[in-house]
Amino acid sequence: MNVEQLDIRDHLAQFAPFDSLSDDLLDKVAASVEIRYFQAGTELLVKDQPIEALWYVRSGAVEMYLRNGRLFNRLGEGDIFGYSDLLRNRRVRYPVRAIEDTLIYFIPAEVFEEVCDQDDEFAEFVDTGGQRLKATVEQQRHDSDMMTTRVRKLLGRPAEMIEAGVTLQEAAQRMRDANTTCVLVIEPAEKASPYTFIDRDGHGRRLCGILTDRDFCTRVLAEGVTPQAPATDAMSRQLIVVQSDETVYEAMLSMLRNQVHHLPVLHRRQPIGVLHLSDIVRYETHSSLFLVNNIFLQNEVGQLAHLSEEVRTAFARMVADGANSEMVGRALATVGRSFAHRLIELAEARLGPPPVPYCFMVLGSMARDEPTITADQDNALVLDDRFEPEQHDAYFEALAKFVSDGLAACGYPYCKGDVMATNPRWRQPLQVWKRYFTEWMDAPNPERLLHSSIFFDLAAVHGEEPLVEALQDLIAERAPQRPFFLAAMARNALGRTPPLGFFRTFVMEQDGKHRKSINLKRRGTAPLADLVRVHALACGSKAQNTFARLDDIAKTRLLAEGVNERLRYAFEFLSMVRIRHQAHDIEQGEEPDNNIEPENIDSRERHHLKDAFEVISHAQKFLGFRYPMPSKRARG
Amino acid sequence: MKAGGVFRHRETRPDWDAYLASRAREARDPRLVNFFSAGVEALSPDTPIGRVPLAALDLETTGLDAGRHDIVSIGVMPFTLERIRVREGRYWVLSPRRNLSEESVAFHHITHSEVAGAPDLSAILDELLACLSGRLVVVHYRRIERSFLDAAIRERLGESLLFPVIDTMSLEARIHRQSWWARLRRWLGQPVASIRLHESRQRYHLPPYTGHHALVDALATAELLQAQVARYHTLETPVGELWR
Repeated sequence: MNVEQLDIRDHLAQFAPFDSLSDDLLDKVAASVEIRYFQAGTELLVKDQPIEALWYVRSGAVEMYLRNGRLFNRLGEGDIFGYSDLLRNRRVRYPVRAIEDTLIYFIPAEVFEEVCDQDDEFAEFVDTGGQRLKATVEQQRHDSDMMTTRVRKLLGRPAEMIEAGVTLQEAAQRMRDANTTCVLVIEPAEKASPYTFIDRDGHGRRLCGILTDRDFCTRVLAEGVTPQAPATDAMSRQLIVVQSDETVYEAMLSMLRNQVHHLPVLHRRQPIGVLHLSDIVRYETHSSLFLVNNIFLQNEVGQLAHLSEEVRTAFARMVADGANSEMVGRALATVGRSFAHRLIELAEARLGPPPVPYCFMVLGSMARDEPTITADQDNALVLDDRFEPEQHDAYFEALAKFVSDGLAACGYPYCKGDVMATNPRWRQPLQVWKRYFTEWMDAPNPERLLHSSIFFDLAAVHGEEPLVEALQDLIAERAPQRPFFLAAMARNALGRTPPLGFFRTFVMEQDGKHRKSINLKRRGTAPLADLVRVHALACGSKAQNTFARLDDIAKTRLLAEGVNERLRYAFEFLSMVRIRHQAHDIEQGEEPDNNIEPENIDSRERHHLKDAFEVISHAQKFLGFRYPMPSKRARG
Repeated sequence: MKAGGVFRHRETRPDWDAYLASRAREARDPRLVNFFSAGVEALSPDTPIGRVPLAALDLETTGLDAGRHDIVSIGVMPFTLERIRVREGRYWVLSPRRNLSEESVAFHHITHSEVAGAPDLSAILDELLACLSGRLVVVHYRRIERSFLDAAIRERLGESLLFPVIDTMSLEARIHRQSWWARLRRWLGQPVASIRLHESRQRYHLPPYTGHHALVDALATAELLQAQVARYHTLETPVGELWR
C-alpha cells in the first residue's frame, strides 16, 4: 500500500479538523479513504438514508438543505459533512446535492469513530451539541497566562488586621513589625453585610476600612491627628476589594481605575491578604494598564491626544498576549472612560466647579464594557433637578463641548447619530431623563426605539453616580412590566441577521447569495448584544455588560437549558475573531475595521463562525416568539 | 451510447469472450490459466458496467517502444464505479533489463538507485495477476499497457498476456474526436481537444494530480472512468460497449 504517494494525506492535512491530527492518525485516515465522483446535480444523500462514512469534499461543491427545503449550508473543497448523522443515529438528517462536479473522499465510520476517540480536538470539532465553540473559547482562554492568573497566586502572606479600637500608634507599630505598608481594620459585626465574615474564633467580624502608610502621611501627620486617636479616624472607609479568584489583570484595572495602591483580597467575605501595586508590577508590567495611569497624569488635551496614539499598540499587544474578549473590552472601556474622565476634570479646572451636581454618562458599547478599537463616542449628561437652563446650561454646554472635542481629538469620532452631551436633548436634568425613559417604555414603537435603544446601555463615568443609577433602577423596575416595549425591542433586535456561513472566498447569505466581506460587528456581535439586552431588560437586570447580563439571565428560566452558555461562547468567539482581525490590521499598518474578508479566515475559524451564526439565528427566532406584540388591550 | 453518434469510429472489436475462454483452456502457465479462468467467470460483454469489479492499471516505462524499452513501475488501483478504495492500491518498482536513460528518469522520476534493488517483473507476477484477476482492467491509452505487459510476459513465460481493457482515452476520443460535433469543430478549424489524462480530467472538473507516478495515474484513471460513466453512460451500460 502506497497511499503516501497519493496526495490524499497532503490534501487532508490542509484542512480542519485533519490539520491538527497526529501523523499516525492522519496516516490512518488517509489510508482509509474511499473515493467517488459525482456529477453536478446528483443527489448525494437523501433524508433518512443510512450513512456509513464521513464525507469530505476533495473538489467541487455541495449544498445541504433543511427539512423545509431551505438552504442550510454550502460546502466546498476541504469541507466535511455527515458527521452529526454519524454521531447521532447514522441516518441522514439533511439532504445533500452536488452543485458542481464533485469528488468525494469517504472516511469509513469506524475510522471516524476511532479518531474521535483518540483526538479530543477532532472530537470537539465534529461535535454538534454546542460544545465546539465552548471548547475553542476555553482553549483560547487557557492560552494566556497573565490574563488568567488569579489574584490569590500573588499573595505572599495573610493580611495584617487590627481591631477598630486600636490606636494609630499601635497600628503603625504593627505595620513596622510586620513590614507591611497597610493594615486592614475590622470590628465586631452582628448583622450580615457584604464585608462580614467569621474569624478563627467563630466571632462575626466586619472589614470596615484600610489604613495605609499614605494615610499616616495625609490623614495623620498632615492633619495633626494624635497618635493616640483610634485607627478608625484615619482609615479609608471606601473599600475597593477584589475576590481571590479574580484575575491579576482585573485587579490591576481596579487599582488604576480607582487610583489605589492597595487592594484587600477576599475569599468570599474573608480577607485573605492585601495586593499592592508593586506585587503586580513585579509580576508583570503591561503597557495598556500604564496607559490608563498616564491618562490621569496629562494636563492638556494635546497631551491626551498624543497619548491616545498608544491605545492601538496597547490593544494589539494585549491581543498578542492572549487576552480574551472580556479583558480586551474592559481595557478599551477603561481607557475610553479614563480619557472622558480626565477631560471632564480638565474642563472643570477650566470652567470652575459645576453650578449643580451632574453625572457624565457613556452609552452603548462603552457602557457595556465592550467597545471596539474603532468605537465612536456616545455620551450624555444627567443633571441635578435643580438645573435651570437659563442659568446653568451655558456651563454644561461648554463642558460637553470641551469633552466631546477632546474625545474626538483622542480618536473617538463624533457620534453620527448625535448621541452626545453637546446635543441639548441629551443634556437634561434627571426628571427629564426619567420622562424620556418612561415614554420609551410606556409608549414604545419600534421606529422610535430604533434610535434610542443605545440609551438602554448606560454607565456613569464621572460625577454624581446616583443620577445614572436612578435611571438604571427605573429601567430595571419598569421594563419587565412592559410587554409592548419588550416586543418592540425584540423586533428591533431582529433587524440585523447573521449570514449562513462562508463558501470559498465569499460570505454566503441565508438566501444563498454571495457577498465579498462580512461586517462582524453588524452581522455578529451587535445582533447578539441586542438580543441579550432584550432578555436582560425582561428579567430586570441592571447589568450592562453582555456577559454580566447573561449571568443574570441564567438565574431565570427565560432561556432553555444550555442556550445561555451557547450565547456566551458565540459572543466570545465572534468578539475574538473581530478583535484578532483588528489587531492584525493594526500590526500590518492598516486601518482596523469590522469588515472581514473570507480569504483571511482559515477553515477552522469558518467552521466555528458558522456555529456562532447558527446560535444567533436560533436565538433570534426564539426572541420573536418569546416577546410577541401584545394585543392593543394588553397595551393599555 | 449517448456520445457515439452517426459517425462513430469503426473499430474491429475482438471477441473477448471467446478469446478469454480459449486462453483459459490453452494457456500453459498455471498463473495465466487462473487469470483467464477468472476473466471468463467475471467478464461478459452483457454485464452492466456498474456491476463489474474494475482495476485501473498504469505502467511507467523507459520509453514508448515495447520492443526496446522496459517497464520501471506498475500501479494498480482496484475499484468499482461506486468506490475507489485507496488502501487496495498496489505499486511496484521494477528493475528494467536495459539501462535507464537520463531522459526517462526525468520523465517518471524513478532513479537509478530506486531501481537498483528492485525485483524483476517475474518476481511480482503472482501478486500482479492476483490483483487483476476477475477484474476488468482500465487504462488510459491502452497501447502502452497492452504492448508492454504482453511483451514482458512473452519474454518471461513464452506466451502472450492479452485481455480486454476499458481505455479512458478512447472513450474521450469517441466524444471529442469522433463525434459529429467534434468533426464539425475540426472542419471549422477549431483546435482539437486534448485527450491526455490531465486534460481529460479537467473537462470533468477533477482535481490536478502530479502525474507520471504509476499509482497516482492509476487512481487518476479510475476517477476519470467514474466521471465518464456519470456523464455519458449509466451503471447499466454493458461492458461490451466499452471494452476494447
